Amino acid sequence: MTAIEVRGLRKAYRGHEVVRGIDLEVGRGEVFALLGPNGAGKTTTTEILEGHRRRDAGEVRVLGADPGTAGPDWRARIGIVLQNTEDAADLTATEMVRHIAGFYPDSRPVAEVIGLVGLEEKKNSRIRTLSGGQRRRLDVALGIVGRPELLFLDEPTTGFDPEARRHFWDLIRTLAAEGTTILLTTHYLEEAEALADRLAVLAAGQIVAEGTPATLGGRAQAGARVTWHENGVARTEQVDDPTPLLRKLVAADTDLRTLTVTRPTLEDIYLNLIGAHR
Amino acid sequence: MRDEAVEVRDIVVRYGDTTAVDGVSLTVPRGRVLALLGHNGAGKTSLLQVCEGFRRPDSGVATVLGLDPMGDHDALMPRLGIMLQSGGVYPWATAGEILRLFASFAATPLDVDMLLDRLGLRKFERTRWRRLSGGEQQRLSLAVALVGRPELVFLDEPTAGMDTEARHTTWRLIEELRADGVSVLLTTHLLDEAERLADEVVIMRSGVVAATGSPAELTAAAGIDLLEVRADPGLVPDGRLADLKVTETTPGEYAITGALDAAAISDVLGWFAGAGAQVTAVNTRRRTLEDVYLALTTEKVYR
Amino acid sequence: MSTLSFGVSRGHVELLQFLRDRTAMIFTFAFPAMLLLLFGTIFSDSYDQPGVSAAHVFSASMIAYGILTTAFVTMGAGLALDREDGTLKRLHGTPITATSYVLGKLLLVAFLAVAEAIILVAVGALVFGMSLPDASHWLAFVWIFLLSVISSSLLGMAISVIVKHGRTAGAILNVPVVALQFISGVFIYPVIQLPSWLITIASFFPVKWSAQGFRYVFLPDGMRVNEAAGQWELGRIALILGAWCVIGLVLCLMTFRWTRPDQ
Repeated sequence: MTAIEVRGLRKAYRGHEVVRGIDLEVGRGEVFALLGPNGAGKTTTTEILEGHRRRDAGEVRVLGADPGTAGPDWRARIGIVLQNTEDAADLTATEMVRHIAGFYPDSRPVAEVIGLVGLEEKKNSRIRTLSGGQRRRLDVALGIVGRPELLFLDEPTTGFDPEARRHFWDLIRTLAAEGTTILLTTHYLEEAEALADRLAVLAAGQIVAEGTPATLGGRAQAGARVTWHENGVARTEQVDDPTPLLRKLVAADTDLRTLTVTRPTLEDIYLNLIGAHR
Repeated sequence: MRDEAVEVRDIVVRYGDTTAVDGVSLTVPRGRVLALLGHNGAGKTSLLQVCEGFRRPDSGVATVLGLDPMGDHDALMPRLGIMLQSGGVYPWATAGEILRLFASFAATPLDVDMLLDRLGLRKFERTRWRRLSGGEQQRLSLAVALVGRPELVFLDEPTAGMDTEARHTTWRLIEELRADGVSVLLTTHLLDEAERLADEVVIMRSGVVAATGSPAELTAAAGIDLLEVRADPGLVPDGRLADLKVTETTPGEYAITGALDAAAISDVLGWFAGAGAQVTAVNTRRRTLEDVYLALTTEKVYR
Repeated sequence: MSTLSFGVSRGHVELLQFLRDRTAMIFTFAFPAMLLLLFGTIFSDSYDQPGVSAAHVFSASMIAYGILTTAFVTMGAGLALDREDGTLKRLHGTPITATSYVLGKLLLVAFLAVAEAIILVAVGALVFGMSLPDASHWLAFVWIFLLSVISSSLLGMAISVIVKHGRTAGAILNVPVVALQFISGVFIYPVIQLPSWLITIASFFPVKWSAQGFRYVFLPDGMRVNEAAGQWELGRIALILGAWCVIGLVLCLMTFRWTRPDQ
């Protein structure tokens, strides 16, 4: 049962093709990350899926409906977390959450949502007075208050400090555990690795790679590099699976404090993929 | 010519009843990069504003390039590059116009075309500021900060909103600046950025300095390595591992910290083997700066 | 979960935001009252009808002015600002419909228009001694008021397509607003003083008829000789305002967009 199904998606602005034939599938309850450089078409694709933008060609099915023609009932089943928002500056956080909650047939209680995103301290403050990070948290609250089956997150932790980011990841994991399907775009590969079940890389309007964080771009086959010190000499070996080598080293009484096992990071893989598609 | 680009001693900044900066001292030597880390609300921005000459401290002394940032503001400004985090530019002007304008303020500016190319802004030269994306505005702000060939640059979250490639390009640019002898004081939330660029890291927390040192010093001082093992979920550590901390961060992923000497690692692997577990991955790594940072700032402080 | 309840929810939020904007409050309420005080004191025309001063005429006509300005600014500038600051984008992602959004703005305009009318009538009565109408005239006031608010609001929303940015909305929208005021017999009265071709043009728009209707409500019957046709023409007022409600609705539905077309 798929949450999102895309075939042959195309979109052009002023004669310039931004999305050049994309196929995508996101299953129910999956956390899917869409990666790619700015201008690759991520935002356009997401906006088309959200029903904010019309497409030129291709089939799109989100929760079984076509976002271009879907009505309020469909809207009630999806949630969108916006970024760079400046609206409702004179309302308080609570008022805004309550207002948006009212549009959904089965919304979460306002207090619960405020608590989930960590805005209790500022819940009665005017949105104008919220810091950037607090604003983002409010945006998250407004995106999840309707108990959506599918949640769209566009670069959700930009500007978050590391703790706030970790806290946000916990929230996403909680939502995913509840069965929410999540489509997220991000520039932080670490975030994609931490959250995503599957990911795809978009470059110049096309999908250039797809997979899981472990397998993207042949990462699993890339093996590992094991380095250690033997009799004061640094040794290195490239292996597919480090475990047998490690057992051997342990058995040989090697000084394991000098041991490092490195795999290409997701960021390395990603940069290689993008570089290859220039 | 003093040795330090920035010297800050016992700075205190208050807003009404709130003390944003509570006695902070730091130094940025000439030609070095200092990364200022800390949660939102830790006082980083206020401290930066004092150094940039936009705010007078309630007490303490700030010296920038040997001058008083507020008192000698006019003399100092041409020698500084300041990257603002948001706005402060003419929204209706184009990227090219903005950069050329700021270039015209400088005695010996960098070549505007070169900067536009380096930062991937060439195709946005005729685009108005308000039509640029967040990341593009960031890159332009960086260009504006650098165009005057400053001796000292203040960068506030320089790669926020940039995609991965742009981030790497910016890092290379900052490294080149340092090689040219430019001093850099930057704030960031990206620990890998700090780890890569900084000669010196200062971690602020609730207005005070919680730790300072080079990335290597900070991670080594933490002294503890980390062993990550992927195996069957739900395993419970036995007595052999009593001195170690074993956490199952997500089902099947174990993070083991503690005094990880050779014997301990052997014990760990032995335990997995003894439990009949299928070990699918092993990762040993030194504590990263992020681990250190999070350990120092574990109290949940939401600002 | 209905269009109406969503519209009321929007109206509530629009009102909250308005009340918290001190500058907007001051200008919306103080400006018409100030104008009335000025005009009422400066112009001392007298008419064949005894006991009626220019100030009374202005008090009545300016209710139409108040509705027009409020409607155009709230709908026109308000819509442009909502598009700019992301309000529309946020709402578009929720189950709310465009109708509810427009309804919310209409409710705000209605509230503001009522408040302004109260102020203007109060100034007229207390400062300039205007006498208050009887029950049947109050009844007429109600339908004339409602039709005026709706037609001006929908027109204001449709016109806002020419406004690209919230910043300049006020300046741009002021052009049609001020032009209409002058040719519709609000500031220039009796309207006969204007060239007849101008009066004809003004007759196509709702403001002339609104102002005429409010004068019917608040002025003695004898004053009708000063109107363009020498009569109050209540039937025609209802017809033209009603037609503009429909035209305005159609224009709105044709021009409303949640997001700016592809950039």
